[in-house]
Amino acid sequence: MAEELEKVDAVIVGTGWAGGIAAAELTKAGHKVVALERGKAQSREDFIGAKDELKYSIRYHMMQDLSKDTVTTRSSRKDVARPVRNNSRARMGNDTGGASAHWNGVSFRWMPYDFEIYSKTVEKYGKDKIPKNSRIQDWGITYDEIEPYYDKYEKTTGVSAEENPIGPWRSDEYPNPRMKSTPSIDLFKKAGESLGYHPYHLPSGNMSEQYTNPDGETINACVYCAFCEEHGCDFGAKADPIVTVLETANKTGNFEIRNESTVTEVVHDGSKATGLKYIDNLTGKEYIQPADIVVLAGFVFTNNKLLLKSKIGEPYDPETETGVIGRNFTGHFSNISTYIGARGFFNDKKFNLAMGAGSLGATLDDFSGDNIDHSDLDFLHGYEIRYYHLGKRPIANNDVPEGTPAWGKEYKEKNLFYHNRNILVRAKVAFLPNRYTYLDLDPTYKDELGDPLLRVTVEYQEDDIKRAQHGVDTCEEIVKEMGADIIDRVDVDDNAEFDHMFYTNHFIGGAIMGEDPKTSAVNRYSQMWDMENLFVLGGSSFPHVSSHDPTETIGAFAYLSSEGMIDYLKGDGGLLIEPKEKKEA
Amino acid sequence: MANDNKTKNPSGDGVDPTRRKFLKNTGIALGGVAGGSLLGGLLVSQSENKNDSSSKDDKAQAPRTRGREFFARYEDFLVLAAATELIFPKDDNGPGAIDLDVPYFIDKQLAGTWGVNDDDYRQGPFDEKKVKEAADTANHARANRGQLFIDGLRSMNAESKKRFDVTFDEATEEEQGEIMTDLETGKLKMKTLPSDGFFELLKQATLQGAFSDPLYGGNKNMDGWRMKEFPGARASYADVIEEEDFVELEPVSLTDYQQNI
Repeated sequence: MAEELEKVDAVIVGTGWAGGIAAAELTKAGHKVVALERGKAQSREDFIGAKDELKYSIRYHMMQDLSKDTVTTRSSRKDVARPVRNNSRARMGNDTGGASAHWNGVSFRWMPYDFEIYSKTVEKYGKDKIPKNSRIQDWGITYDEIEPYYDKYEKTTGVSAEENPIGPWRSDEYPNPRMKSTPSIDLFKKAGESLGYHPYHLPSGNMSEQYTNPDGETINACVYCAFCEEHGCDFGAKADPIVTVLETANKTGNFEIRNESTVTEVVHDGSKATGLKYIDNLTGKEYIQPADIVVLAGFVFTNNKLLLKSKIGEPYDPETETGVIGRNFTGHFSNISTYIGARGFFNDKKFNLAMGAGSLGATLDDFSGDNIDHSDLDFLHGYEIRYYHLGKRPIANNDVPEGTPAWGKEYKEKNLFYHNRNILVRAKVAFLPNRYTYLDLDPTYKDELGDPLLRVTVEYQEDDIKRAQHGVDTCEEIVKEMGADIIDRVDVDDNAEFDHMFYTNHFIGGAIMGEDPKTSAVNRYSQMWDMENLFVLGGSSFPHVSSHDPTETIGAFAYLSSEGMIDYLKGDGGLLIEPKEKKEA
Repeated sequence: MANDNKTKNPSGDGVDPTRRKFLKNTGIALGGVAGGSLLGGLLVSQSENKNDSSSKDDKAQAPRTRGREFFARYEDFLVLAAATELIFPKDDNGPGAIDLDVPYFIDKQLAGTWGVNDDDYRQGPFDEKKVKEAADTANHARANRGQLFIDGLRSMNAESKKRFDVTFDEATEEEQGEIMTDLETGKLKMKTLPSDGFFELLKQATLQGAFSDPLYGGNKNMDGWRMKEFPGARASYADVIEEEDFVELEPVSLTDYQQNI
């Protein structure tokens, strides 16, 4: 029998950016907040001296323990799904700070086109331009409306950047100047410019200089030590929830993180959520934490699984296209959206590639969103082109030119020779929602507690493949211009299928926002249409994934949602914004 | 020769004449080719054996400098050592897998949580068809990594004995290469998974042993990092990252780094 605890104003699942921002804003407004975190407690001290590739990058020390819970995957709705068994296929975050503790810090805004993708596409190209299975839809909010929250997130996290020459309007400058440059970044930018594109430095959540944010939290200057991705920062120089929003929430005295607490259910009476049921991992004891509002701010899989398990909202059915929970699942899939492009090997140039930072590099937006005319193209949206100066660690990076044997003398020779002489220019490609890419519960595989695993079905469409191939072509053009001696395409073939990987953490949808409860689960405040005191935050609320990294957009919407929560707690309940009837599509 | 080295063996796991005789007589561990010079080569550390004129060639041989945690049978360990050396051989650039202590690294890894897939989802069903489809084949096998290594190494050894009448580690480089190619292309018969899946696992483990921090028992003297010009756990590159030219830096181990913070 679960023990019922004393009621608080808000209870939150998860301590990443979404949960952390909600916690900071609610506690600053005087509300009592409890956050339930499945993983262990984690602070700056855990990351000091943690420059260990084997432990963190190869054995995934900061990732979810899959023996307890994972997802199943299939590349066609006709297949039987198989479980993701090892973190090499899914780097889902865990512990205080969640994936936001081991992220790279790349901090992009998404484009005006993203938020009104359906209307803008129809307006410019007509309805027939939208592929048959595509389910792109407007978000029910515009860029102009979300812009102030982007600005707020950038100031909290100290984004260090130079302006995107062809980016959307901004109400203010970035809080910090861009990161340092390197010869290979310069080479990429020069090549991009000479081809007529508009390269600029990656907007970075690693600090170019020491920074104190409006909440009074200080983030140190980055030292380019290159242990960023999959690691916590040794120096408190990466914007993460631990050094910013969680610290801010802690200082109010209104906040408690309960670690090792696995939430198993949203407790509700059909119309309102009454709290969260969870199990203490260390004792096995069950608790119910009652609250006035309940906030799901877990990873996309956690949020969707909890909704489906708690029977909140109608599950999506791709055959009848009824229901909402699980629809419009998208993401940056490894073999079509992220780890594709062109690799250049240089015989006479050697770069300092061991050095770097999680969001050091350069990018260009000439092919993103609707920045290119799509009239004669057989896809919508586009891709970001990126050269990344992450810092090449030696176990994970063993790239040799195509045709090199996979082992033996020649393999070793080329592996060593090219280690500091090859660079990858990649296309980060948008993936648009389609009818058959969705989430539901697996009929076979169970988690540690005996509940069904979440099942992920991803069917690539022809337009997704064309978009990605276009991106690889552009990468090849740039690497050629950079003067590489050998160029290998990291290609996407015509029959590419989902590779069962969730390596990028950029996974989106399932409980999406919109204006019509028939096609969306939440409104712009991430408030559930069907349950007004339940807020479902994070990537799960986005109707599609853009070409750019989603974190800053998650942060911006967490700020907007937090405003909504505070209003809700002040008022007499009800929806913060009323649904609109769907316009004739 | 071999007996001279007995007292110098630092591991204490040195030559035991009774045990040798046992191995030889039973013929279990070393097949039909066991001999004094062979045992000598096996039972002394590589570093001590460097100037031994009786070495057949300059192929690195498995040292017996340390105790083993996972591999109970020395013969399995010898196959592992030879296989990792074949993947990452000693050459003009520097040491190969054996001299980097890669086999000991793998032994330690298999003895720990990695060997039993501790953080992995391990509930069934384990569908054989799915095992073949998955790019990460080894993760979808019912057998854990420790079991896969035993099956893989013994399958390679059995094939060597069948084809060339010698254990894998005693086969010529060319003969070993033939078996490794079969392993890589999925042609070697294994019970637990398609052999290309084991090849991938073996190769990854080899690279991990060559390039992980020496803390884990491989990358001896940080020579793996030196060859790759990777500077290890350095605090900061803020003052050099903008340099036009390549900056040569001595690697720093975690052991050193953590002493100074």
